[in-house]
Amino acid sequence: MPDAVLSGMRLPVYPGPFSRLSESAMATRDIVLDHVSIRFGAYTAVDNAHLVIKGGEFFSFLGPSGCGKTTLLRCISGFSDPTEGRVLIGGQDMKGIGPNKRPTALIFQNLALFPLMSVADNIAFPLEVRGVGRKDRRKRAEELLEMIALPGVGDKKVHELSGGQRQRVAIARALAVEPDILLLDEPLSALDLKLRHHMRTELRTIQQQVGLTFIYITHDQGEALTMSDRVAVMNAGVIEQVDPPESIYNRPKTSFVASFVGESNAIEGKVASQSEVLVSVDTPLGRLQGRAAGGRQYRAGDDCILFIRPEQLSVGGGHSNSLTANQVKEEFEGNARQLFLEANGIPLRLSRVNLGGPADSISGGAVQVGFEPEQAIVLPHGVLAGA
Amino acid sequence: MNRGTGGGAVAAGFSLLFFSFLFGPLIIMVITAFNSSSFPRITPWECFTTEWFGVLFANDRLMSGLLNSLVIAVSVVAIAVPVGLAGALALSELSSRLRAVLYTVLITPILIPGVVLGISTIVFWGALGRSVGAEYGSFFFSGMFLTLAGQVTFVSAYAMLVFLARLQRFDPILTEAALDLGATPGQAFRKILLPFLAPAIASAAFLTFLASFENYNTTVFTILSGNTFTTALASKVRHGTDPSLSALAVIIIGLTLIGAIVHEAYTRRKEVLRSGIARRSRIYSNPVLKTLVHPLTVFLILAGVAAFAAYEGTRHDASVCKQQILDDKRARQHELLEEQRRKMQEQQKTVAPVVSPSEGPAKANPSPFGGAFSPNGLTPGQNAPASSGTPAEAPATANPSPFGGAFNPGALKPSP
Ligand SMILES: Nc1ncnc2c1ncn2[C@@H]1O[C@H](COP(=O)(O)OP(=O)(O)O)[C@@H](O)[C@H]1O
Ligand SMILES: [Mg+2]
Repeated sequence: MPDAVLSGMRLPVYPGPFSRLSESAMATRDIVLDHVSIRFGAYTAVDNAHLVIKGGEFFSFLGPSGCGKTTLLRCISGFSDPTEGRVLIGGQDMKGIGPNKRPTALIFQNLALFPLMSVADNIAFPLEVRGVGRKDRRKRAEELLEMIALPGVGDKKVHELSGGQRQRVAIARALAVEPDILLLDEPLSALDLKLRHHMRTELRTIQQQVGLTFIYITHDQGEALTMSDRVAVMNAGVIEQVDPPESIYNRPKTSFVASFVGESNAIEGKVASQSEVLVSVDTPLGRLQGRAAGGRQYRAGDDCILFIRPEQLSVGGGHSNSLTANQVKEEFEGNARQLFLEANGIPLRLSRVNLGGPADSISGGAVQVGFEPEQAIVLPHGVLAGA
Repeated sequence: MNRGTGGGAVAAGFSLLFFSFLFGPLIIMVITAFNSSSFPRITPWECFTTEWFGVLFANDRLMSGLLNSLVIAVSVVAIAVPVGLAGALALSELSSRLRAVLYTVLITPILIPGVVLGISTIVFWGALGRSVGAEYGSFFFSGMFLTLAGQVTFVSAYAMLVFLARLQRFDPILTEAALDLGATPGQAFRKILLPFLAPAIASAAFLTFLASFENYNTTVFTILSGNTFTTALASKVRHGTDPSLSALAVIIIGLTLIGAIVHEAYTRRKEVLRSGIARRSRIYSNPVLKTLVHPLTVFLILAGVAAFAAYEGTRHDASVCKQQILDDKRARQHELLEEQRRKMQEQQKTVAPVVSPSEGPAKANPSPFGGAFSPNGLTPGQNAPASSGTPAEAPATANPSPFGGAFNPGALKPSP
């Protein structure tokens, strides 16, 4: 069924009112979170968020469940005011401006389509409340349905649509507002895997064609990394790092980011010495070398963690960092093999790309593995994701 | 039914017993409405008649009470539904601790006995009226106003319960979505919440209407010297009943049945349409049958049948049959009288020498008990004087009894 859905789906060309946004207007569409904190009683859901989201950007907030993403998004869309700090959109302080007066449209986690209305009435709702006549509403709804590649479903009820179709109807309804900023709260979480992957591409396409600012919330790093111009990684209300996806993945700035984004082997230790960017770390696996994150200076004896990605660990000797590990198990994943190892009580993971050659699986027992210092990153000791 | 364990017959018997327990009184009441006997009963069956409907509609007190009840019920609906809705909305907005407190407060009027509500309503408004120096004729002392005030206090709580139940299933995110899409709070309420509550508004209106219309405990105090349908009915029953009350029951049962059947047709149709089996169902794929089972058609048919029955009812004339019954009774009485006289004459012949013959009293009243022991002569309210409804010809015909027409069975009617 998803195949049928996908094949029937053209990547649409978005017509319409969005071309009115000239280049010069872009700068004034920036969203500024100025030292925003949001508290519920003594509980701090968002702690001192301070960043600028540029107009026209695809910006993601990535973090585990309960880290305060939705809370922050509701604050931007006007459902709550920050306990401290300000939210500015286009240079204007949004304090006291209700959600219906802000240039934002929110796509809710559960979509919040109106169950008693037809699909067309749902999409035309923003026009209806602005006093647009019935005929024009209908026409615009048809256009938007055309745009999301669902022509002719206007008279159906919402519950007659599939999950992916509802998703697109929600997007069309939000676009009918002609917002400057589209806020999306985990919009793909209810879809099946294949549709989710497809919608990633589609959302990115929509964003590039309409030129709106997208603020996207997700706990799925795959979504954040593939679609975004920049990603903010959040943990427990704190924004830990704001960077383009590649920097987030390759140059994490905190141990949480390193462990939350992508797979990583974490080896705890103490700094022995540092020369330029190379740090030597004393670990239970011996002395290992890695990069100091972000040009950081360590003192000897500092607690730290050395992170090495499974795909950057390789089998065999001849590396400047070399260690011996015992094989625990091996998993075949199609495109790769995952090797689960254990060295001196520390679990390690090694991933080898399946090049299609003869199965070169390693027969159990001790394995020699290693990595180059530039591939590993040394971060100050801190919380790990899922710990 | 469980055939395997042989419980089927028992269950069927039990169901039958249960249903006759439930509906037996109603069925008997319906039958008595059409018996010309002046007391509601089935045996002896006298004549099929529709006159009791006429008697019912001719009862001014009941009819003005009905009008009062309708006016009060409509006003109660108009006030209690919005008040109940407001209460429910307020409750659903509050924090849970405050909600528990307010809920108890709002629900209290339901728990207080109606009698207490009624009395306290009079006392409260009376005191208020006197304290502002209101005339005795002002609304503080008007039965209609007091009844409205008294009923609204607890009927709004009913409405609120209905709305609360519905609101619990409302996703407040929908209102937020509407706001986010540019709706004002008012628009979000009108276009999102109100359509969602529409079924609850209908049920609340229906429920509050019934609760007001059938209320007695509170109303009997607050209506003061006036009458509503229920209070008029109660006092009528207290003063002696006649089959016009059965006629009323027939009307109410008829209305209820029509309502229930139309509602059933409506829900079935909705179910079929929603489940999407309409296209496959034999009834719904046939345009004629489909129209036939439409609730509106069902209603029109039933209303037509009722109207036809009412029309036929007004044309029915039971006077011939009743005259027949009257004549029969009179003949039978005559027979008895004759028999009595014969017996006495025989007695006189045997004991003639002892008692001096005086035929006068014997002729006038052969028995010391009058006609009281004649089998058909026993009806309650015998000592009530023959009232306006008594056929005028009864006393005019030769009457052998010194009690006039009072013991004439056909002439008896309790005073309304
Ligand atoms: N209205 C509220 N009152 C109290 N606590 C709240 C409220 N809304 C959210 N929280 C808390 O704030 C934290 C962040 O929630 P949320 O922003 O929904 O997380 P997520 O990142 O999963 O979207 C959660 O621990 C939640 O319990
Ligand atoms: Mg969330």
